[in-house]
Amino acid sequence: MDNLFQRSLEDLIKGFRLQLLGDSSFISRALEEIRREIKATDLSTKSTALHKLSYLAAIHGVDMSWAAFHALEVVSSSRFHHKRIGYQAITQSFHDQTSVLLLITNQLRKDLNSVNEYEVSLALECLSRIGTRDLARDLSPEVFTLLGSSKSFVRKKATGVVLRVFDKYPDAVKVCFKRLVENLETSDPQILSAVVGVFCELASKDPTSCLPLAPEFFKILVESRNNWVLIKLLKIFSKLASVEPRLGRKVAEPICEHMKRTVAKSLVFECVRTVVSSLSDHEAAVKLAVAKIREFLVEDDPNLKYLGLHALSIAAPKHLWAVLENKEAVVKALSDDDPNVKLEALHLLMAMVTEDNVSEISRILMNYALKSDPLFCNEIIISVLSVCSRNAYEIIVDFDWYVSLLGEMARIPHCQRGEEIEHQLIDIGMRVRDARPQLVRVSWALLIDPALLGNMFLHPILSAASWVSGEYVEFAKNPYELVEALVQPRTDLLPPYIRAIYIHSVFKVLVFCLGSYFSAQESSSGSSSTVYESILNLVNVIEIGVWPLSGAYDVEVQERAKNVLGFIGMAKQDIAKKVNLQDNEAEACRVTAFMEDAFSEELGPISANAREKVCVPDGLELEENLGDLEEICGKFLKPVESDSVSCTDKISFSVSKLRIRDQQEASSSTSLPPKESSSLLAEHRKRHGMYYLTSKKNDPDSNGTPNDYPPANDLASEILLDPLDPKRKAKHRKSRPVVVKLDEGGESRITTSQAKTKQESVTDDESLSRDIQSALLVNKKGKEREKCEGNSNLVVVQEEETSRIEKPQNSEKKKKKKKNGERTSRKHRSRRRSEVASSSEQVEIPDLLL
Amino acid sequence: MIKAVMMMNTQGKPRLAKFYDFLPVEKQQELIRGVFSVLSSRPENVSNFLEIDSLFGPDSRLVYKHYATLYFVLVFDGSENELAMLDLIQVLVETLDKCFSNVCELDIVFNYSKMHTVLDEIVFGGQVLETRSDEIMKAVEEISKLEAASNSISLVPKSVSGWRGGR
Repeated sequence: MDNLFQRSLEDLIKGFRLQLLGDSSFISRALEEIRREIKATDLSTKSTALHKLSYLAAIHGVDMSWAAFHALEVVSSSRFHHKRIGYQAITQSFHDQTSVLLLITNQLRKDLNSVNEYEVSLALECLSRIGTRDLARDLSPEVFTLLGSSKSFVRKKATGVVLRVFDKYPDAVKVCFKRLVENLETSDPQILSAVVGVFCELASKDPTSCLPLAPEFFKILVESRNNWVLIKLLKIFSKLASVEPRLGRKVAEPICEHMKRTVAKSLVFECVRTVVSSLSDHEAAVKLAVAKIREFLVEDDPNLKYLGLHALSIAAPKHLWAVLENKEAVVKALSDDDPNVKLEALHLLMAMVTEDNVSEISRILMNYALKSDPLFCNEIIISVLSVCSRNAYEIIVDFDWYVSLLGEMARIPHCQRGEEIEHQLIDIGMRVRDARPQLVRVSWALLIDPALLGNMFLHPILSAASWVSGEYVEFAKNPYELVEALVQPRTDLLPPYIRAIYIHSVFKVLVFCLGSYFSAQESSSGSSSTVYESILNLVNVIEIGVWPLSGAYDVEVQERAKNVLGFIGMAKQDIAKKVNLQDNEAEACRVTAFMEDAFSEELGPISANAREKVCVPDGLELEENLGDLEEICGKFLKPVESDSVSCTDKISFSVSKLRIRDQQEASSSTSLPPKESSSLLAEHRKRHGMYYLTSKKNDPDSNGTPNDYPPANDLASEILLDPLDPKRKAKHRKSRPVVVKLDEGGESRITTSQAKTKQESVTDDESLSRDIQSALLVNKKGKEREKCEGNSNLVVVQEEETSRIEKPQNSEKKKKKKKNGERTSRKHRSRRRSEVASSSEQVEIPDLLL
Repeated sequence: MIKAVMMMNTQGKPRLAKFYDFLPVEKQQELIRGVFSVLSSRPENVSNFLEIDSLFGPDSRLVYKHYATLYFVLVFDGSENELAMLDLIQVLVETLDKCFSNVCELDIVFNYSKMHTVLDEIVFGGQVLETRSDEIMKAVEEISKLEAASNSISLVPKSVSGWRGGR
């Protein structure tokens, strides 16, 4: 009786709408109530409480997993109303880890065997959503029975559940598959569409296993008029045709018929999609499909426009002519209101880009970028950047133009792709020698502009610009202006690490200018006063600009500033001494010449997998964790206390002395570190020996393994030259400059990892596919005998062999998974057959179809 | 395969949410919010499709339709045709119309279980099962009759329930 006063779901909803307490407090109150009520023994009270709880869980995100057992109790009621509530709660909240999942099997079985078809459908739905391997295994006999039920309502739903059952418990295939295939011949369109839907899913997981059913599918394709069925069939054929190309020929005809005849846009679209993705070799079909796409593109309906563009982008890789035909529509779509349409149009436009039209298309796109919202603007920028830089810029002929385009991109107000532009600026600088003057010019324009310094998205670009101008300063028109740009006061807005790059570039420019000044001094007898004035000016400007940074908070900036100032301090004296500059023993001269030398070494691109190419010498063991060192050298590597001298000390000292010698030998090849630092290093080693590596692991330089980038001069002869001979081109066209490419081979690494993950997912489906194949085999044999009396046994046997031979490599992978003895014996058989058989791996389609 | 069906109003309150792959409730709410934020920024007169790989995983597409104050949303993967899914929303709305005559949002709010009944007849475990609204209506009516019949017993006092052959 107490449930008369219980709030029902409607009351709860009404109460929620009228309440003034606030959502969360109302919900927690309601939850308390529910917790009380759900413990009642009276099933009506329980079920109402459960109903309310399901509502709260679905709409308000309340957790209901604690009520799992109560849901089971409610479901066991004989009343339909309770059952519904119970099943709804179960399907909503049960998952693989629910502890009471085992208890539901019997209830499901009871309901599956019920006379009331609506109870059956409840149970079926529950199974289709929460079905686990155990449930599927235990209930597959019931599902089998229901697949043959006389009530189409039940059969429909049983077909739907088959998918989940197959997925979780592949052995069920042996039992249920036959009935499923029988249902293909049903006249009831809804059951047919359910069956075809199931096959569509199965085909996407494993097309080869559904291949033998192709004749049946073909028949339905030709005869049916139901659009839903036809769409699913088209999807199936699309998957099948990709594994069996001969199927494409047969199927192209009916598909074209449908395309011409039907009014339903969904069917037309699906036909088009199937043709351009899987039947792209059949010219007639493709032409028809492209004509249909054109119709879609000119429609006003935005959905059709979008789908038309989408289909075109699927067709683009193999049929670029289709895209070119519709170029105006694509360009028009760039200014559409719909963001999807714009994106598709952009991708299509990018597919059209070739050497000849890259500048024209970029021009169009830059204009659009200036007019668009930030999201689309950045999409444009990133797609232009990626297309142009593909395969080491193979599409670019005129690098001067491209570099100025990069500079232009930096000035687009919404640009947020600083890193990519930065990367390309530096990359082009390293790879394309002829583009360096233009690079320096563009960089200077970017550096001098104080407005850009405030935009944090552009900071990466500015850092690239400053690096480029420092590195290739010899191409600069006016180093003085460059320096002014680099030390301008607004550079305070830059983050410290970029500031450091700026200062280092200033240093390089300074060295360059001083170097040329000193060498000019030597060659000419006297120095003109203007040159002297200008160099002094330069040095002063730098000094004034950099001086405040010597007290900067960031250590990197501070250090570099101090380096520059120190250098200037030394050089200033020698500039002043204009008189005896014949004496090129002047310290500044020497140091400058020396620095110039250091900076003149060309930095080049390094291949992404350069590290892999360094062969590890024999006997060298690379360990990640150096904990083993403790065992090996523990005695020698104990940290030394500075005061006590024990025998271990003496040993460690001598070992560290050896190390000091090694260190000195290594450091003598590089000229910079002065004597004091190596003794400091030795001291440090003495005290903290255990943290140092043994001398086995020296720099690769000393091993003789080369740095991956060979010296620039050697490369010049090996580099791939532009295939177009300069003489053949028209006079006004510049020949393409040389672009340094390295054998990247990086793609292989990515694909192996992808292949690995693919393998893992494939093993789950393999057991399913094997079972389907074997089930079909039984079917096939039966059908063959019926239909083709004249056929010799040879065909049947061959088929048997081929379908069992299919994917022999699967059997090896399954070794780990299968424990069933029966299965392993079958595997051995199939492997042996694979060695013996001479037929191809493809399944033989009966001659009816070919 | 259909991954989810959602109905939410223009303020983002979910009216119905059904996910055909199991997800914990917090994730469900997160997805609902995510979808709403994408939908609310769509202008009028644009296409009804969206790619939402970021929310639902790879190969996910979304079709939505805006009717008065409600968004009807269907999330599906590559084995469904986009225009067919748009049709399906149409079928759903037509059926609801037949069910409630001139359905409005309040009908949907107060008839939570009936909504589920209708939806369960159309989409079964992620597959489209029935696309003719009269068939759906027939099944829904049958179920409601059964429910009403089983419910009416509760009004009979306990002393008489034994006469009815047990609950």
